[in-house]
Amino acid sequence: MHSPIAAPTLPDGIVVIVKEECATCHAVERVLRELDDQAPLTVYTQDDPRFPETPTPIHDADLSISWHHRIETVPTVLRVVDGVEVERTVGWHRDEWTRVTGVDGLGADLPAIRPGCGSLSVDPDLVDELNVRFGASTLTSRRIDVADAEDEIEMMFTRGWTDGLPVVPPTEERVMRMLTGTTRAPSDIVATVPPDLVDVTVEKVAVAAVMAGCLPEYLPWVLTAVEAACTNEFNMHGLLATTMPVGPVLVCSGPGTRAIGMNSGGNALGQGNRANSTIGRALQLVVRNVGGGRPGEVDRATHGSPGKIGFCFAENDVESPYGTLAVEHGIEPDVDAITLFAGEGTRCVVDQLSREPDSLARSLAAGLQAMHHPKLVLGFDAILVMGPEHARVFADAGWGREQILAGISEHLNRPGSELVRGADGMAEGLPEAFGEAPSLPKFRPGGLMLTHAGNGTGLFSEIIAGWANGDVGSKPVTRAVTY
Amino acid sequence: MSSTRTILDPTSERNVAERERLARPASLEGLTVGLLDISKPRGDVFLDQLETRLVGVGANVKRYRKPTFTKPAPVDLRHEISVECQVVIEALAD
Repeated sequence: MHSPIAAPTLPDGIVVIVKEECATCHAVERVLRELDDQAPLTVYTQDDPRFPETPTPIHDADLSISWHHRIETVPTVLRVVDGVEVERTVGWHRDEWTRVTGVDGLGADLPAIRPGCGSLSVDPDLVDELNVRFGASTLTSRRIDVADAEDEIEMMFTRGWTDGLPVVPPTEERVMRMLTGTTRAPSDIVATVPPDLVDVTVEKVAVAAVMAGCLPEYLPWVLTAVEAACTNEFNMHGLLATTMPVGPVLVCSGPGTRAIGMNSGGNALGQGNRANSTIGRALQLVVRNVGGGRPGEVDRATHGSPGKIGFCFAENDVESPYGTLAVEHGIEPDVDAITLFAGEGTRCVVDQLSREPDSLARSLAAGLQAMHHPKLVLGFDAILVMGPEHARVFADAGWGREQILAGISEHLNRPGSELVRGADGMAEGLPEAFGEAPSLPKFRPGGLMLTHAGNGTGLFSEIIAGWANGDVGSKPVTRAVTY
Repeated sequence: MSSTRTILDPTSERNVAERERLARPASLEGLTVGLLDISKPRGDVFLDQLETRLVGVGANVKRYRKPTFTKPAPVDLRHEISVECQVVIEALAD
């Protein structure tokens, strides 16, 4: 761990911090000379050591004075007694300067008030580096030096830390910037990550988020996803160990999805949007690097699926005619939330001709019946991502969420005799005992879930098929995002 | 930005404790062998055959069952096996 550098002590009297590249600092240059005649004055300059010409400034070249004394605006005026700041004002405000300095009649030719400029010590291009240089780093991860002749991207491939795509090197600056996205302490334990059952800290999640390419404002979503994935209900261990091609699918909703620029429209399930592409990836990097879940080891998938790099999208909750999946799962409307679903890739249901809800419901049911195997029922859940043009067919007929799901499910019942092993010439199927059942649904209650995403052109919907459901396998987990 | 070339370790940084295995017994006669059914379909058929053969060589067999094949065995079950058996046959198939 880095040790903090002690804060430099300020001289007693009046201290003013300025920078040359600030019009207000130039405006008060004459005021500084007036002050210098009447009070013990020290001027620090952040950028140009020749500014102001008089009184002679001290160059805060490494910005240590500015950083340690939390200067956010220039000019800042401080009154210091016995090395301790007792008063402060920022910008030019005649009455305030009089109050802090105890000197009347300053800057008579200036307007009463003029706002200041941003301090260099909070410049977005510098602040992370300064935080690392001066701050008492609370980060505890092992530091790994990269050799001069070594390419850090290649080095991370070599160490097995990537999902097969390059990752962003998690420097301390980048991780500290990532941590500004949450109010949680870096040392907070977020979850216990399978399969190695390792307690993961906010810091390690932030490291993964940097590597995945996240922005700091995505971090609360990543943290919430990690928490949800590592529950007994979701069963991340089983998702890894299974031979089926499933991974965590993140369905996000709420105003926060728009605030961080997530895509719920055209190509929402595809490439090209940073938040969609990196939030799910960050979760998978946590599972890989912290939990130890790697393909060929505990991950025994026969084929896997492209979604296992990371599968995350936003619901179009603003335009959805039937609300959100999160609300279906008990979250209040307009609350940022994520549903984690153990799912595989997507399968498109094409129906460009149905204009009546029952016809479309039958088409969607036909697609859903085939999921995994037409004769295997009740064992797997699914998410139906309905496109706006399909949703409109139901909305125009006045169907809400429950009626849509009931209307589709009505066409997902088949007699047990058609589903048992051997029926239809196929060995696969349900055990003999189910042969007597007059009717068996494809989905358990709540096992068919509905979301709304995609753009307004295309009479298509997408099926995301699930994995072994319920207590046997995985239950969908919905969590409100914690900031 | 800083040109520092130091990165933070993304792994759990844990040290894995390694414990030496007990020596293999020369004979199973009189020893209690645990067989854990992971709850996959037809796993019981396989374990029945195994039990018959183990009993045939003089072993006592105790059978256990996980609630679901998708999750690790519960800690109580692992403890139960550890105190009741001298030998566990560990194997994996799908």
